[in-house]
Amino acid sequence: MKILVCISHVPDTTSKINFTEGDTKFDTNGVQFVINPNDEFGLTRAMWFKEKQGATVDVVNVGGAETEPTLRKALAIGADSAIRVNTPATDGIYVAKQLAKVFKDGGYDLVIAGRESIDYNGGMVPGMLAGLVGANFVNTCIGLEIEGNEATVIREIDGGKETLRAALPLVIGTQKGIVEESDLRIPNMRGIMQARKKPMNVVEPIETNTNTEAVKFEKPEPRGDIKMIDPENLDELVDLLHNEAKVI
Amino acid sequence: MSVLVYTESEEGKFKKTALEVASYAKGVADMLGTGVTAVTFNAGDTSELGKYGVSKVLKVNSDKLKKFNAKAYTDALKQAVEKEGSKVVVLSQSANAKYLAPLLAVQLEAGYASNVVALPESTDPLQVKRTAFTNKAFNFTNITTDVKIIGVSKNAFGLKESSAELSEEEFSPNLSDGDFSVEVVSVDKAADKVTIADAEIVVSGGRGMKGPENWGMLEELAETLGAATACSKPVSDMGWRPHSEHVGQTGKPVAANLYIAIGISGAIQHLAGVNASKTKVVINNDPEAPFFKAADYGIVGDAFEVVPKLTEKLKKFKSDNA
Ligand SMILES: Cc1cc2nc3c(=O)[nH]c(=O)nc-3n(C[C@H](O)[C@H](O)[C@H](O)COP(=O)(O)OP(=O)(O)OC[C@H]3O[C@@H](n4cnc5c(N)ncnc54)[C@H](O)[C@@H]3O)c2cc1C
Repeated sequence: MKILVCISHVPDTTSKINFTEGDTKFDTNGVQFVINPNDEFGLTRAMWFKEKQGATVDVVNVGGAETEPTLRKALAIGADSAIRVNTPATDGIYVAKQLAKVFKDGGYDLVIAGRESIDYNGGMVPGMLAGLVGANFVNTCIGLEIEGNEATVIREIDGGKETLRAALPLVIGTQKGIVEESDLRIPNMRGIMQARKKPMNVVEPIETNTNTEAVKFEKPEPRGDIKMIDPENLDELVDLLHNEAKVI
Repeated sequence: MSVLVYTESEEGKFKKTALEVASYAKGVADMLGTGVTAVTFNAGDTSELGKYGVSKVLKVNSDKLKKFNAKAYTDALKQAVEKEGSKVVVLSQSANAKYLAPLLAVQLEAGYASNVVALPESTDPLQVKRTAFTNKAFNFTNITTDVKIIGVSKNAFGLKESSAELSEEEFSPNLSDGDFSVEVVSVDKAADKVTIADAEIVVSGGRGMKGPENWGMLEELAETLGAATACSKPVSDMGWRPHSEHVGQTGKPVAANLYIAIGISGAIQHLAGVNASKTKVVINNDPEAPFFKAADYGIVGDAFEVVPKLTEKLKKFKSDNA
């Protein structure tokens, strides 16, 4: 089985979010970048397939050279080789089309991507990729088993879960639950050393369109002051929730 | 040319988010000088949609579509868009809508903006305001394609009544076997529980609750308020609560009217996921807990004392106001 794991290179969850150039660009100054958490859960599941069922695992990122340390980390966790499509990730369809090319060239059986990246929160690349290449697609995947050519997938739905069956090739959008937090792997020294020797294949982008354009950013208004309530006077809270906030 | 809206129903009844996206679609239609067409799947009485500005309903009734199936629903919606010649499609950000939206975007060669929180800033170009960086910022995005898909965040726009004369039409899309290549084997859903996605009020517990055995008091509070229960990430990682209750940047987003955080410190990743909620109440015994900087009402106190008392007060309030 050939698995492709999509790796988005995102600001660490503790990053302060600021913008530059007249609020048109994300300010990367002092920001530490990591593997998108949803992707890391997916990558960890891919490692399980590699070790338990026999699979090769490639990781891919659409982005500039600055994303290579993030791909190297994925290699240190255990992926076999990395592909970087050398172009900025301009919008969802643009990235999906680059990935579609990688998918076709590589003849993959399974693509694992995070359900969304924590920077733009688009939540669209995995579904678009599947749509473009005609592969089956399951989103918010929290369980995946593969036998032969068939996958059994558990999908989180609002208020429960659903079990689905689909033939490969399959694309999933995944999140925590596909593996547990405690299953995540911290690269060890050996992994880091090996990762340096693993292939980092840089491919040039195909020329294609975008469908959306991020024009500018804005930070939320600072919020008003909190009202403190004496724990001995909970009637006041009930009153405020009813008359001031009007939420009960 | 009408604005097309995908109005989701469950057991034949519309969800509140369906009425919200209908209200939003009406707002967009007014800006464009057109009407709103809703597509429903196995919904019963659709007259309610008329109250939120829908003027036409395409009713899909099909046994094959009893269970949500992303590919098949996408195909049906695509055919509806083509039939109506719609240029704007509006949908919610429910798990199902988020699942099908990118598929629909490919089918229609449409640009798709997710997590939209307000009516378009302009219609030419069509510019929308959406959240990014998990609620830490807003992002203004132009959708540059002929057909445009807007995913509207829950609770961002609200319900807006505006009555319209409603006409109904049966609509039978042509579905192929390929539409069902992903087969739904079983659905496992707690029927009587309020879900985090649909809840107006969410009661959330953190590590300060000390252990799963103490969740009874949170459940009682939640039940009193008709609320869903949620938790912080470590609580689900330790197995005190199911993963489905984990909220925050790497869990579910919460955009409730009222979010009550109990024994939760307010780490940045937690706040990112819940701060779209309108009113936040924090109960924590540490006055230095960061959550107090991000909430509307705060109580410094021991959850084990405050929560049962608060539940009693709320029960009394409910019975006085029943
Ligand atoms: C990549 C990444 C992603 C993450 N994503 C998320 C996410 O999506 N969601 C999330 O929640 N976290 C997330 N986290 C974890 C986050 O950083 C915090 O560790 C977590 O939110 C803390 O959970 P907590 O508030 O329950 O626990 P703690 O931080 O331990 O806080 C417990 C609180 O309970 C209070 N307390 C103790 N006893 C009582 C009492 N008797 N009465 C009242 N209060 C009491 C304490 O004062 C304290 O403030 C993420 C972390 C990382 C690194």
